[in-house]
Amino acid sequence: MAEFLESGFLQRALAAGILVSGLCGVLSVFVVLRRMAFIGVGISHSAFGGVALGFLLNVSPFWSGVSFAGLVALLIEWSRSRGRVEEDTAIGILFSASMALGVLFLHLSRTYNVDVFGFLFGNILAVGQGQLWEILALAGLVLAIVFVFFKEMVFLSFDEAMAWVSGVPVGFLRYLFLVALALSVVVSIYLVGIILVEALLVVPGAVARNLTRQIRHMAAVSAAVAVGSTVVGLAVSYWLDLPTGAAIVGVLSSVFFATLGLSRKKTHRLA
Amino acid sequence: MGTAVEIRDLTVKFNGIVALEEVDLEIKEGSYVGILGPNGAGKSTLLQVILGLVRPTRGRVRVFGEEPEKLRGKGRVVGYLPQRPLMNPSFPVSALDVVLMGRYGRVGLFRRPGRQDREVAIRSMERVGIAHLAKRNIGELSGGEQQRVFIARALCVEPRLLVLDEPTVSLDACAQDELYDLIAGLKQEMGLTVLMVCHDVGAISRYVDDVICINRRIHVHQPPPIGRMGLEQTFGCSVEYLFHGEVPHRVVRGHDG
Repeated sequence: MAEFLESGFLQRALAAGILVSGLCGVLSVFVVLRRMAFIGVGISHSAFGGVALGFLLNVSPFWSGVSFAGLVALLIEWSRSRGRVEEDTAIGILFSASMALGVLFLHLSRTYNVDVFGFLFGNILAVGQGQLWEILALAGLVLAIVFVFFKEMVFLSFDEAMAWVSGVPVGFLRYLFLVALALSVVVSIYLVGIILVEALLVVPGAVARNLTRQIRHMAAVSAAVAVGSTVVGLAVSYWLDLPTGAAIVGVLSSVFFATLGLSRKKTHRLA
Repeated sequence: MGTAVEIRDLTVKFNGIVALEEVDLEIKEGSYVGILGPNGAGKSTLLQVILGLVRPTRGRVRVFGEEPEKLRGKGRVVGYLPQRPLMNPSFPVSALDVVLMGRYGRVGLFRRPGRQDREVAIRSMERVGIAHLAKRNIGELSGGEQQRVFIARALCVEPRLLVLDEPTVSLDACAQDELYDLIAGLKQEMGLTVLMVCHDVGAISRYVDDVICINRRIHVHQPPPIGRMGLEQTFGCSVEYLFHGEVPHRVVRGHDG
C-alpha cells in the first residue's frame, strides 16, 4: 500500500481519478434521470475529433477536445430544439462524423507517436501535474454549476413543461448542462478513455437509483460509487497489472449487477 | 370582474400544419371553463399558447393583460397541471418535493425554498387532502393521489388562473368524481379562474360555466344543458353521439365555415 501511494505518478493518478469520477458521479444522476445516456456517448466520441484536431494544429489536445465536444453538444441541442431532426439521429450523425474527422486529422498530422490508444481507453498514469490542475479547475467549475442550479435541474428533469411555465430558464439550463457534460467527458478521457467514459456517466447513477429514494441521497451515493469503484479499480489494475480504464469499468459494472437485486425488492410495487 | 384570457385572431401552425385557426376567445376572471374536442383538435395547443409554451403563428394572446411569455417569468399567476405530469414514475422525489417545485418560480434562481415556501406547500397539500402523504415517494402513490399532488403543486404557485389538461384521464370513475368536486371547491374557495381540458361531457355540464368546443376553430357554449340541436346548429356539421357521461356528445369532423 505504501509503495502504491509513494510514487508521484500514482498519487496524481489517484487524485485525478477521484476528482474525475466524483464529478461524473454527480452528473450521472441527471444523465440517468433525464435518459441522456446516448448523448453521453455522442459527446465523448465527438471529443476524439477535437483531440485529433489538437495534434494536427499542434495545440493542446485537451482544450481542442473540450471545444470540439462542447460544440457538438450545443449542435445536438440546437438541432433538437429546432425539431427538424430527432435527437438520437442528430447524435448518431454528429458523433460518427466527429470520429471520422478525428481519423482524418490524425492521418493528416502524420504524428505517429500519438498515444491514440491512451485517448481511446484511458491512461491515467500519464497524468502530469499541469493536467491535474486542469482537471481540478474544470471539476470545480462543473460542480459549482450543478450546485448553483441544482433545484432547477431537478425540476427540469422531473417536468420540463411545468418548469418552463414556472419561469425556469429551461433553454439556458439545457445548454448549460450539455456544456458541463462535455467538459466532464473530456477530463474523464484521462481516466477511462473516450470509449469507456460512458460507464462513468451512466453506471454510478444507475447504481444509486437502485439504492436510494431521494435525489440528494442519489447524488451522494452516485458520487461515492464512482469514486469508490475508481479507487478499487486503480488498485486492482496496479496489483494485477491490468489496464486501468478497463479495471475501473469492470468494478463499476460489477457493483451495478450486485445492486440490481436490491432494486427489484424496492420497486416491485411500482409496476 | 376583469378578463383573465383574451385571444384575438389566433392561428397556430406546426411545420405548416394548422393546429388552431382564427380563434377569438375571452375568458372572464372567476369563470370555470371546460374545453372539449376530439383528439388532435388543438385542445392542448390552446392551453400551451395560453401558458406561453407555444408561440402563436399569428394573432394576439393576453393573460391578465400581459403576454404569456412575459407572465411566465414572474412564476406566480398560472398554476398548471400537464396532461402527463409524471414522465418518470421512479423519479426519486417525495410528494412534498414535487409540490415545492410550484414555488421555484417565486423563489427564483440562486436561492432555496424557505420556511414560508414549505408552509405554503403543506397548506396546498392539506387543501387537496394529501398532507399525510408528504414524505412518500411520488411513484408510490396511486393515480388519484398523484393527481392531487400535481394539483397541490399548481396551487402552490398561489395562482389566479388554474390550467388543467385532462386531469382525470387515468383515474377510475369514483376518483374522477372526487377530483371534479375538489377542483370546483378550490375554485370557489380561492376565487380562481379555471380552464380545464376534459373528455367527460357529463362532468363538464355539471360544473363549468362555459364550454369551448374546439376542432381547430372554436365555439363557445353556455351549458347546461349542451343540447344536440344546439350543437348541430352552432357547429354547422353533423355530430356523432357517444354515450359517455350524462350528455352524449362528440364532434367528429372539422367544420370550416
